[in-house]
Amino acid sequence: MDNLSPPDPGARWHGEYGFALRELVLKDFRSRYRNMSLGIFWSLLNPLIMMGLLTFVFTQVFPTGRSAFPVFVLCGIIPYNFFALAWSTGTASLMENTALIKKVPVPREIIPVASVLSNLLHVLIQCALLLVFLFAYGFMPNRYWTLLPVIGVFYVLFIIGMVLATSALNVYVRDMRYVVESMNTILFWLVPIFYGGEMIKPAFADIYSLNPIAALVQATRNILMEGRAPAFSLLAKLGASSLIVFVLGWTVFQRLKHRVYDYL
Amino acid sequence: MPPAAIEFQNVSKTFARGSGRRMLALEVFRQLAGRWRRSGAGQFHALDNVSFTVQHGRSLGLIGPNGAGKSTLLSLATRVAEPDEGEVIVRGRLSSVLDLGAGFHPDLSGHENLKLNAALIGFTRARIEQFAPNIAAFSGLESALDDPVRTYSSGMVMRLAFAIAVELDPDVIVVDEMIAVGDEDFQQKCLRRIREFREQGKSILLASHSMGTVREFCDDALWLDHGRIRMLGPAAEVTAAYMRGV
Repeated sequence: MDNLSPPDPGARWHGEYGFALRELVLKDFRSRYRNMSLGIFWSLLNPLIMMGLLTFVFTQVFPTGRSAFPVFVLCGIIPYNFFALAWSTGTASLMENTALIKKVPVPREIIPVASVLSNLLHVLIQCALLLVFLFAYGFMPNRYWTLLPVIGVFYVLFIIGMVLATSALNVYVRDMRYVVESMNTILFWLVPIFYGGEMIKPAFADIYSLNPIAALVQATRNILMEGRAPAFSLLAKLGASSLIVFVLGWTVFQRLKHRVYDYL
Repeated sequence: MPPAAIEFQNVSKTFARGSGRRMLALEVFRQLAGRWRRSGAGQFHALDNVSFTVQHGRSLGLIGPNGAGKSTLLSLATRVAEPDEGEVIVRGRLSSVLDLGAGFHPDLSGHENLKLNAALIGFTRARIEQFAPNIAAFSGLESALDDPVRTYSSGMVMRLAFAIAVELDPDVIVVDEMIAVGDEDFQQKCLRRIREFREQGKSILLASHSMGTVREFCDDALWLDHGRIRMLGPAAEVTAAYMRGV
């Protein structure tokens, strides 16, 4: 058998990347749900509460006159929540797995990446919720839905890039987690969650579309609610900024990883 | 001579002494600029220019007082830490009996932890599936392997961890003190297994404060003192000199 032959002596680690990643994601998922009576319902509870609250405020307190407001809000809150949760848990991931990192020579980046991917599992459950609301409000699939997985992949790369950079920095500068939490609060207001991308003044529109979270929310609404393809410039900016963040995050991580053991 | 199982070539490892805020910022910037290896003053040399080899089938005992650099040397051999200077080469699959069970997740079952742990150590899926029954048998945990690890006694955790380390058929095994764990029966089993390793021609790197253990299980011994090699030679001679010196 090939995999029983002696491994390459130069390599630090001889494992299977995909298998190790899968086991780590499963660990997160199992440990989160095993002791909970309500199981995956908790993944749905937060977006449902946010949807209810924001719908109440923006139809009853500050009426916006927008139709299908629950769907509109879900298109914003699901991607935002994914980012905010993945970023904060991912930033802490190396610290939380200190015991593992000090014992096992597993490639360091597997740990933050697995943390993002286990959050992605929750997002997939939440997408099912969005689907239910879409159909309930009479939105039907159109050919632009095929763009969604492509946009999604760029979005995940963007989040992995952010998490790689901050998780490595957090090992050396422990206040990184507070920076991340504050940034998340700021982003809640600066991402078009309860307001529409079209309400942004042209002077700010360019800055908005350079933020992959804002760009993804707008593109998702274009596709799901307006039944049209997002502007090419929006998609190009989303793709380019996501790739740049991913490459930067990867580079920062590779530069900082050598002494992670020393500082944990 | 065939290539050695473990090779340390002029290996040095330093740690930062202080951790002031400015130092940390400087550290991050230096690393971002691509210079993570240290040089100069203000550093603590945990290991200083250490070279040795462990040939296939040989076992080396690591002795020295607390703070001599034994743990640092083991962390470099298991590749969890990186040296500042020099090179560490390990030929073959390595597994280690260090902080036993440190990476286990309390809510996962023994089986799930076994798979996760082995995957992270660096064993392939095929190999893990092949050796999982041996691990289960060696641990003697039987049906308890389906229960969450948080329900285990500390002895059971160590038995599982030890079983994972020794039953995946590694070529090189690194042991820190805990050469035998659990109750009397299991301790005997551990010692038998380590003896079998030697008979099978596997290489062992063992750190211990017990000269008796080193003499029984090691061909050679390395005496570390303040991060430097004080003496390297046959186990009987080095342990005798160490006991005279201490």
